Order: sequence, then structure tokens, then C-alpha cells
Amino acid sequence: MSTATATDRAEVSQQRSLLSRASHFLTLPAVGPLFALLLACVYFSVRTDRFLTGANLSLIVQQVMVVGALAVGQTIVILTAGIDLSNGAVMALGSIFMAKLAVSGGMPGIVAILIGIAVCTVFGALNGALVTMAKLPPFIVTLGTWNIAFALTHVYSKDQTVTGLPKSLTFLGETFPLGNTDVTYGSVLMLVLFAGAWYVLRQTSAGRHVYAVGDNPEAARLTGIPTRRLLLTVYTVAGAVYGVAALLLIGRTSVGDPQAGQTDNLDSITAVVLGGVSLFGGRGSIGGALCGALIVGVIRNGLQLTGVPSIYQVLITGILVILAVSVDQLARRRRA
Amino acid sequence: MSETDGTEVRPVLEAHGLIKRYGHVTALSGADFELLPGEILAVIGDNGAGKSTLIKALSGALVPDEGRILLDGRPVRFHSPADARRAGIETVYQDLAVAPALDIASNMFLGREVRRKGVLGQVFRLLDHKRMQAEASGHMQDLKIGIKSMKQAVETLSGGQRQGVAVARSAAFARHVVIMDEPTAALGVKESGMVLELIRQVRDRGLPVILISHDMPAVFDVADRIHIQRLGRRVAVVRPAETNMAETVAIMTGAAPGNLDVAANGNGSS
Amino acid sequence: MKRYISASSRRRTGAIVAIAALSLVAAGCGNGSKGSSSGGDITVGLITKTDTNPFFVKMKEGAQKEAQAKGVKLMTAAGKFDGDNASQVTAVENMIAAGVKGILITPSDTKAIVPSLQKAKAKGIEIIALDTPPDPQSSADALFATNNLNAGVLIGKYAKAAFGTKPAKIAMLDLAPGITVGVLRHNGFLQGFGIKQGDPSIACQQDTQGDQAKGQTAMENCLQKAPDINLVYTINEPAALGAFTALKSAGKEKNVMIVSVDGGCTGVKAVQSGQIAATSQQYPLKMAAQGVDSVVDFAKGGKKATGYTDTGVNLVTSKAQPGVDSKDVQFGLSNCWG
Repeated sequence: MSTATATDRAEVSQQRSLLSRASHFLTLPAVGPLFALLLACVYFSVRTDRFLTGANLSLIVQQVMVVGALAVGQTIVILTAGIDLSNGAVMALGSIFMAKLAVSGGMPGIVAILIGIAVCTVFGALNGALVTMAKLPPFIVTLGTWNIAFALTHVYSKDQTVTGLPKSLTFLGETFPLGNTDVTYGSVLMLVLFAGAWYVLRQTSAGRHVYAVGDNPEAARLTGIPTRRLLLTVYTVAGAVYGVAALLLIGRTSVGDPQAGQTDNLDSITAVVLGGVSLFGGRGSIGGALCGALIVGVIRNGLQLTGVPSIYQVLITGILVILAVSVDQLARRRRA
Repeated sequence: MSETDGTEVRPVLEAHGLIKRYGHVTALSGADFELLPGEILAVIGDNGAGKSTLIKALSGALVPDEGRILLDGRPVRFHSPADARRAGIETVYQDLAVAPALDIASNMFLGREVRRKGVLGQVFRLLDHKRMQAEASGHMQDLKIGIKSMKQAVETLSGGQRQGVAVARSAAFARHVVIMDEPTAALGVKESGMVLELIRQVRDRGLPVILISHDMPAVFDVADRIHIQRLGRRVAVVRPAETNMAETVAIMTGAAPGNLDVAANGNGSS
Repeated sequence: MKRYISASSRRRTGAIVAIAALSLVAAGCGNGSKGSSSGGDITVGLITKTDTNPFFVKMKEGAQKEAQAKGVKLMTAAGKFDGDNASQVTAVENMIAAGVKGILITPSDTKAIVPSLQKAKAKGIEIIALDTPPDPQSSADALFATNNLNAGVLIGKYAKAAFGTKPAKIAMLDLAPGITVGVLRHNGFLQGFGIKQGDPSIACQQDTQGDQAKGQTAMENCLQKAPDINLVYTINEPAALGAFTALKSAGKEKNVMIVSVDGGCTGVKAVQSGQIAATSQQYPLKMAAQGVDSVVDFAKGGKKATGYTDTGVNLVTSKAQPGVDSKDVQFGLSNCWG
């Protein structure tokens, strides 16, 4: 008799753990965005046979690589309950530095790239310093640095697009064959950035601390996490990521464009929010942000392929953002 | 410098003549304090009696202007809660210093995460999620807190369970003292009872507990001794077995005089 | 302990399954690429600088009408702001993927768009620049545009005829540094008026980005600098209306002549009411319609269009000057856009 109950219990516990695993999967922050992404893909695949091709999917990834890379930096900032409005402008400044130093300055590509990334990193550190030391709200700080970076870009470039960039700068736009599809190196680099961010956020204590600081800064401080140093690091690392985004931008357009990135700050926030990352900090996953960036790309591409004017992409994105934020709010209210 | 007589029980944590002023307001005016090994010491006092300032000084959240703090007879100086933690004093804060969106294991190990062994941990800084979950589960079981999955977000727990996580964290890492600041303030009757039971279990495992509470029945239920704070200093130390709530409240409000000699006896240093 | 290990390993299994599913989807895509050539349909792409500027709205309207008339599909896209190269690049790529036969484009950044146009050309797609040529112009097959120099010359000549020997004090409200359209109109005006850059009669020169509010600010500043300005050249009508507002609040609107370029409906009405003396009207609808025709010809086996096609420009004014060809406001209103 005891054996019977034991097996019963084992069965029950197995069922329960299956169920709890299923429910755990559903509560993972990236599930909603992933579902939305797959849904959009299925929809467009049905609507047009040009959507679900290797070449087109590769194209979509390529089209989101710049905003995607910015979204990596934006995600870690937003996880700390911050926000970064400066990222598009900082990226544009970085890319203009890279392009001008290489073309007009005659520097080797790698040196120009490193200087460009350094410029972006300095801007990130400046954001971080103002947020942590001057204790200014991130929204205001990055609103300021956004304008500063924008102005510097135009002053330094004299509003001229830099052309004739050497291959040592544009190599991320080159492709390599994967099966029968050409994939750009830039797409791979963006995915590597996401993988790196996932690793740090999920697998290291620094990542856990980022979540804790965004979730409950007082608790984080009381458990001995150096919250200010952590925030400074987060903004600085985000700046460096924008530097990589600058290189991706050059790879994508093969020019140094002073007008670039003007709406990319909001686009990156859109991607992050669509990815289910909470603007209140502490919740969400980097995988979600990737899905968010891809959702925007898939809708833009899919609507174009089905002949819908691009303004509807803006409309749909707006609706999705509000949906995503509502879901986040509802979830928060239910938890509270 | 110290009273290392050794014949009497030496306090685990003691403070002498603590003074803390905020502008013209004096929050502590020469407060003394003693916590003996293996006891639950309740600290009570009216609002403004300086008990939270006293606790902040003991837990490193503030630095007193004057006075000495000794841990195991050795003078210590805490500049931050992290200092106190390093010295083996863990605090459970009133407003629950947990990150609600993080899971139980992550909260339990927040700020002292366990890395994998070898290259993975040292070079790649890889966390050992499995070990942290297993240990968290162990700590929770030690205190008989029945929560199944350590991967559950803390916000999915009831108030009492959340307090349980905070208590288990403190008990797991405290080497000398656990300080509990109003642990039952936000809880219902049943959950309060559960937390009081946790406090006893922490003591029974050998850790002395400082309990700050307004809840007199709870204090009389679990405390071994009661430190009564009034007007920035300790006016009395009483044993629940030897007094009653009315007398205690009278001392607390100033309606009855204190009995500082009790403390002196307990200390055995004079 | 065991439970946690198993749970996490199961979760990993879940992740692997998800990845496998995704790669299956991706593999499915690879197969799909074969059967994607759709038979017979001709699709024309139109990429404008923005979706909001009436000039481009009209351009789109013209393209839509013509596409309908010819029974072909039109696919449109636009940047989010003037100068938004990235969106145009994305649109070109998506149109290539959609299998268009030709792309009509008004480049936001004449240089930055070139690599994308070259990519499209390499796929055998006809590229027609509308309104603004890419730089180098050869990266498009053909250019259908207003002769912007000519547009400037017309209003320059008009102003000269109106002023005669009366000394002019000129304010030039330009577009932005380095933008071809603005430079051509500016130079055309000078040429038509018979002066050179740096002439002492040019009292003030400001950039307006073609924006009404910025036009107003620029004019206000110009009046501070030279209160006796009596002739205002503006890059387009919004800038002209901004300038008029500034002049009116300074009480000088009666004695100052404003000339402009564009021929939008609001602008022509301003000519009618006397706020603007004359404007050079251009025809975005025609550009787009001709562009669509050209792509349809090419798709049906004809040749790609080449070179520059002037889509025409007319001076619109209610006070014609002798020796300067012009159309009246009625004509302007029936051909205006926006």
C-alpha cells in the first residue's frame, strides 16, 4: 500500500512540476514578445510568399541591427529604472568621428573605430556621472547630452555626409553565405551583443545587481551593492555599446551621415518596451528586447511587401507599444 | 578600552554612551546597550525615544557622533551597512529590503552571489544558480518556511513569506547578531505568529536577536529581555517573566522610573 | 535539490526546442525563396523624403493615379523626417525584396543613398530620381525634376523687372547649407536679378530649413540687422509666409516684396492675397506620373529612361511684369499641390 501511495505521489508531483514548469515558462518576460513576433511572421508568410525567404529574413535582421544594438544599451539602462534619450545622437557622433578620422584624417580604420567607440563611451560615462554624482534624473541628463551630441555631430561634420569610406570601416556591411542566404557580419555582431548582454545580466552577479538596483534601489544598497558605481558602469557600458552601434551604422549605410539616428533613441525605447522590459526598471529580459526590435523590423518589412504604405507601420507600432505597456502595468497591478 | 573579565557572560554586542545629534535635535544622548549571547533582546520605546537611531548606529546605517560600539568585546566602527554585515551583523529591515521582481534565491544571495568553481567562475564570472537555489532551499527549510520553488519571484509570496525570506537571509549570513526592525508591523495576526516563531528558531540556532517592535504582546511573547529606550537613552532593562506589560509601558512613557541597575547586573562589568 | 536541477534542465530543453522550432522556420524560409517570383504583376516603388510634406503627398497622389490608370501596383515608403537616410535605405531594400521593377525616389541624403541605389540597379531595377538628383547623379538612371536654377531665375527676373532702377535691399531666406535644391534656387535668383553672390544689395542671408516658424525668426533677425529691406527671396512658401508674418508685425508688409518657389496651394493663395508677389510653381504630380510611366514602359520591354527630364516650372503672379513670362493666379490654383 505504501508503494502505491508513493507512486501516486510521484506522479502527482511530476504532473505538478510539469504544470509549474509550463506556467513558469509563460511568466518568462520574453514569452509575450516572442509570441507576438512569431504571430507577425506567420501572418506575413500567409499574406505573401516573398516574406518567408532566407534572404528576406536576413534582410530584416540587417535592417534592425543598428536599432537592435542601441536597444542593448537602452535595455541595461532601463533595467536600472533609467532611460537614455541620447543614444541615437551619441551613435551618430561616434560614426561621424570614425568616418571623418578615417577619410579626412587618413587614420587606419581600426584607430578611427576605437576613437569613435571611445567618444561614445565618454558620453555614456558623462550620462552616468551626471545621474549618480549630480543626482539628476536620467531623462533630463540624457535629454541634455542628446542635444550636445547632436550639435557636436553637426559642427564636427559641417553638415556634410562623409563618403568614400575605406573597407576597414564598412566591413560589417559585407556578407557571408549561410546555406543559400547571404548574411551580413553586422547582423552577427548585433546578435553577439545580445548574447553578451544576456550572459552578463543572467549569469553574473553584476547582472543580478542591475536588476536589483532597478527593482528596489534601497534594498540593493542595504544588501551592500555599490549602487552608484553600478549605475555609472551601466551608463558607461551602454555608451560603449552605442559605439559599436555606430560601427554597425557605417557598415549598413557605407557613409558617415550627420543626419543619422535622429529618431533612433525613441526607436530603441520602442524595441525595449515591445520586448516587455518595464520602464519602471528591474523587470524584463534582453531576449525580449531582441524580439521587440525584430517585431518592428518584421512589421515594417512585411507591410512593405504586402504593399501597405509605411505610415501604417508607424500606426501599428504605436498601438503595439501601448499594448505592451498596458500588459506591463496590468501585471504590476496584479502582483501588487 | 575593554572589560575582558571572562568570568561573566560577555555581551556579543554592546554600546556605551552613544550620542547622535541632528542639528538641535539630540536623537541619542549617551545611550548604552548590551546584547547577550543566545538571547532575544527586544528594544522598545516611544516614538522619538531614539530606538531607530540606536539600531541604525548598531547596523552601520549611521555613524554616531560619540560613544563606542564593541562586538565580542572588540571596538568596531561601522561606516555603512556593508561594514556591519562584514562584521557578522545582519539586519532585517522594516520595509523589507528585498527586490520583489527577483526570485527567492537571487534575493537570498543578493550582493554575495556564489560563482561556479574553477575557470567558469573565476574568469567567466559564471554564477552557480543551482547551488544558490539548493542552499536557499536549505536555509528556508532550516527555518521551516514551506516554500517550494526558489525560482519564484518574491512578489508572488505573501507578506509573511516575504518576511521569511528576509529572515532566512539574515540567519544564513549572520555570524554574530541578527537585528529585526519591526518585522511584524505589516503583517496579520497569523503571519505575525509565524515570524515570531522564526525569530525563536534563529535564536535556538545560537544567534542572538535584537527585536525592535511596537507590538507589546509579541515582545512579551518572544523576548528574553527588554531594553527600554526613552529620551535618547536606555532607562531600563526588564525580563518579561519578572514584570508585566503595564509596568513596562509605564517606564517607557516616563510614568514610572527606570532601573538601570538591572542592566548593570546583567552585564556584570561593574 | 533534485527538483531544481531537473526543473532547470527541463527549461533548458524547452529553450532548445524553441531554438529548433525557429531554425525550422528559418529552413522553411530557405525553401520558400524558390517559388516567389510572381507572374505578370508590375510593381513600382515610390520613396519620398517624408509622408507629411504636401509636396510629397501630391507626388504620391500623382503616382497613385497613374499606377491605377496603367493597372500596376504602387508601393510607397518615406523617411520619418527630412534627412532620414536610414529609413530610405530600408525602404529600398524592402522594395528590392518585394520585386519592384522600378523605384522612384526623392533622396533625403543625396550621397548617403547611393550605395543602396547601386544595389538596386545591380538587380536590374530602374531607378528614377524625382525632384532631387542623387550625388553622383549617375547612380540613378534618370532624373525627373523641376529645373530649380530656372525656378530661381524666374523670380529673380520678376523682381528685377518690378524694381527697375529702384535700389534693392535683399534678404535671402535659404534652405540649409549644402542642400542642392536650395543652392540652385539661390543661384538662379541671383542670376535672374543680375547680381553676384556677395553683392552689397544682399543685406541678410539666413537658413530656414524651409520651415514657417524658422522663416519668421530669420526675417525678424534680418529686420534687426537691416530695417530697410525691401525684397525678400525665400526658398519656399512656408518660409515666405513666415517672413510675411515678421514683416507684418514690424508694420512693413506693404513696402516689401516677397518672392518664392514651390506653387503649393497655400502659396498660390498667398500670391492671390498679395502676401507673396510671385512664386515659381513646380509640378510634383507630373514628376511622379512620368516616373510611373517610365517604369511601366521599362517593365513591358522598353528601355530604361535616361538623363534629365524637366517637368516644367511656371511663374505665378497676379501682377505680371513686362518681359517676364507668367501665369495668373487662376492657372496657379488649378495646378497647385497640397
